[in-house]
Amino acid sequence: MPHKILIKKQLSDDVFFAEIEAPLIAQARKPSQFIILSINNEYSERIPLTIADANPQKGTISLIWQRVGKTTTELADLKQGDEIANVSGPLGNPTHIERFGTVVCVGGGIGNAPLLPIAKVLKEAGNKVISIIGARTKKLLILEEQFAQVSDELIVTTDDGSYGRKALVTEPLKEVCLREHRPDQAFVIGPAIMMKFCCEVTKQFNIPTQVSLNTIMVDGTGMCGGCRVEIDGKPKFVCVDGPEFDGHKVNFDLMIKRLNAYKDMEQKAREQYSKHRCKIGLDK
Amino acid sequence: MEQENQKLLNFLLEKHRAGQLKPAERYNIPPQPMPEQVPKERTHNVNEVAQGYTETQARLEAFRCLGCKNTPCVEGCPVRIKIKDFVAAIADGNYKKALDIIKENSLLPAVCGRVCPQEIQCQQTCTVGKKFKDPTKAVSIGRLERFVADLGLAVAGTATNDEELGTSLVVAPETGMKVAVIGSGPGGIVAAADTKRAGHDVTIFEAFHKPGGVMVYGIPEFRLPKSIVQKEIDTLKKMGVKIICNFIVGRTRTIDQLMKNDGFDAVYIGVGAGLPQFMSIEGESLIGVYSANEYLTRANLMKAYDFGKGADTPIAMSKRVAVIGGGNVEMDAARTAVRLGAEKVYLVYRRTEKEMPARIEEVHHAKQEGVDFHILQSPKRIIGDENSRVTAIECLKYQLGEPDESGRRRPISIEGSEFRIDVDTVIIAIGNIANPLIRQTTPGLEFNKWGNIIVDENCKTSMEGVYAGGDIVLGAATVILAMGQGRIAAAAINKYLAEKRKHHEQGL
Repeated sequence: MPHKILIKKQLSDDVFFAEIEAPLIAQARKPSQFIILSINNEYSERIPLTIADANPQKGTISLIWQRVGKTTTELADLKQGDEIANVSGPLGNPTHIERFGTVVCVGGGIGNAPLLPIAKVLKEAGNKVISIIGARTKKLLILEEQFAQVSDELIVTTDDGSYGRKALVTEPLKEVCLREHRPDQAFVIGPAIMMKFCCEVTKQFNIPTQVSLNTIMVDGTGMCGGCRVEIDGKPKFVCVDGPEFDGHKVNFDLMIKRLNAYKDMEQKAREQYSKHRCKIGLDK
Repeated sequence: MEQENQKLLNFLLEKHRAGQLKPAERYNIPPQPMPEQVPKERTHNVNEVAQGYTETQARLEAFRCLGCKNTPCVEGCPVRIKIKDFVAAIADGNYKKALDIIKENSLLPAVCGRVCPQEIQCQQTCTVGKKFKDPTKAVSIGRLERFVADLGLAVAGTATNDEELGTSLVVAPETGMKVAVIGSGPGGIVAAADTKRAGHDVTIFEAFHKPGGVMVYGIPEFRLPKSIVQKEIDTLKKMGVKIICNFIVGRTRTIDQLMKNDGFDAVYIGVGAGLPQFMSIEGESLIGVYSANEYLTRANLMKAYDFGKGADTPIAMSKRVAVIGGGNVEMDAARTAVRLGAEKVYLVYRRTEKEMPARIEEVHHAKQEGVDFHILQSPKRIIGDENSRVTAIECLKYQLGEPDESGRRRPISIEGSEFRIDVDTVIIAIGNIANPLIRQTTPGLEFNKWGNIIVDENCKTSMEGVYAGGDIVLGAATVILAMGQGRIAAAAINKYLAEKRKHHEQGL
């Protein structure tokens, strides 16, 4: 059953949004769950993307992705009305939501997309939500307005100071942790390196921290272990045991290295695809 | 060779027609070897290694069958195919009849003829093999099954009506009852076909984007071409079975929802045992360490062997590979690594070749293709460089002790025997266990301590209307055992639904 793209938008330089038909997933999906998609049936790879939002009445889910390699570029090249051959999900365990008190939600780059639905339900569950969202530069910042709607307090940072505060997200995070009323719980989603450093901050203050891990995946249903990470020294599968884990127990260094396992091949695939695009010129 | 074979066949046919073919003459027919791609060529492609009998070969091999009255071969077949009858039909040159006889009991002859471990099933008990005191000289039942199945698939590809497709596809009038089959592996396919034949409305739910289970992601193309699996699945569709891919029961919908909201009257769970086990040794998270499932899924299902030639999914470009374990999955992984261009592939197994669960034929093929067997050894830890990439495994040597519960002699490590093998890739294939997803999302379903679903002799679970079979019940087993259970469960489902229907009608 192919999945039609109903709406497609470009959110920033390399970040795209699409609303696609997926009625069953829209009904079942809960915050922090993800899907695996492949663009066509024969040669496409399977990639994981978080479900950013869903509309069960309309039977659609929203995806937000960053153009980083061949498949995400190919996906960005699809147009409204085009179809994605395979979308399976929802996968992974939903976020555990309760009334923690004050929560700090920290998002970096494309991580803001999976963080938003979590912040939203945290707010709905009666928490005081402080959101810290960052990006490398202004052009890459996404979902500021939506975060403003679901947060009691919003801090925006850019690495280069082109917008908001010139800082890495760890800086305001530390300040929030130093407040007299420190957060009861933290949620951090973003690049592995950013999650690592945020966890180092919250650990100093003993603030329980949930992270959502974004490892390499193939099937997404627990049958291969390609996504395995070390949690407290033990192997866990992100797709079935996660994607959320206690951030203070994750071996981020190993995870970061594993993310680079196919770097050369990814590069090759990207180059081949962009060469192909230019040659025929139909993309212009 | 073919000419000589033809001459022998003509001689046999004459004798046979005159009713004068004696067992002694049958014993004299040389066992027919399987034509194969030569090792030097086949390691550079993913095409099927075994190329199948010619017609003459098939008939000669069929004439080797004595037609035993007590049919010990049938006792060895988990789905009890009428072996004597279909083999006789091949000897007579009546291939369509032979296929029809097989299809009464087995829907996937082209698959089973290729991947069944016949030497421990139907061929183990064959009288001819016993006579020669050599199981490899038994009648090659699997190759004969494959021969007629392939002819049948060639016909099915062009056939337009049911009659040409064979009697096995006849479907009873609609009953209005709905059956959900979870998983499209061999067991699910049989359960779907058998419940469809009874006239139920059958839907298969598959988590992957292609149906076939282990037949598409696990067993490599060079052992089981995917086009063959596809044709067998097309047969199901022609019968009217619906197949929904990318549907993860437990996540997309729970079993409870399927029954309460979607109106399914019965469910068959055939989700297999897909969760790979690791060894819990140091270094298993290093880059370059794969489960066999991941390695084979990337290679087979995602066609990573065509990376850079169209396929997007990458796989390690290994030079030196160690595959840990001694079963068929290990042989598949090792031989796949050879085809992906590895210069050196080691198979590291802690017992001896005699205890290897892999098929003799696969072991033989792996050796022909240059896989280096390291027996009585097992890794103690995996060693990596500063970038967390695998550089070597440190192994211990083993010796065999007393037999364990499984009857195999227990391997005991030899202290101080550590040595290193330099490798850049390690593929761990020490077995799979049940995926916990159904367990986590189906309250009311009972499991044993290994996470396998508990069923009775009719494959019925602790939940009303829910049946299960194959690896999720048995633990990792074989294609044909899964099919056998799919058949038992389907019979029980058909009976259960007939009674349910009767109640409904009386209620109205």
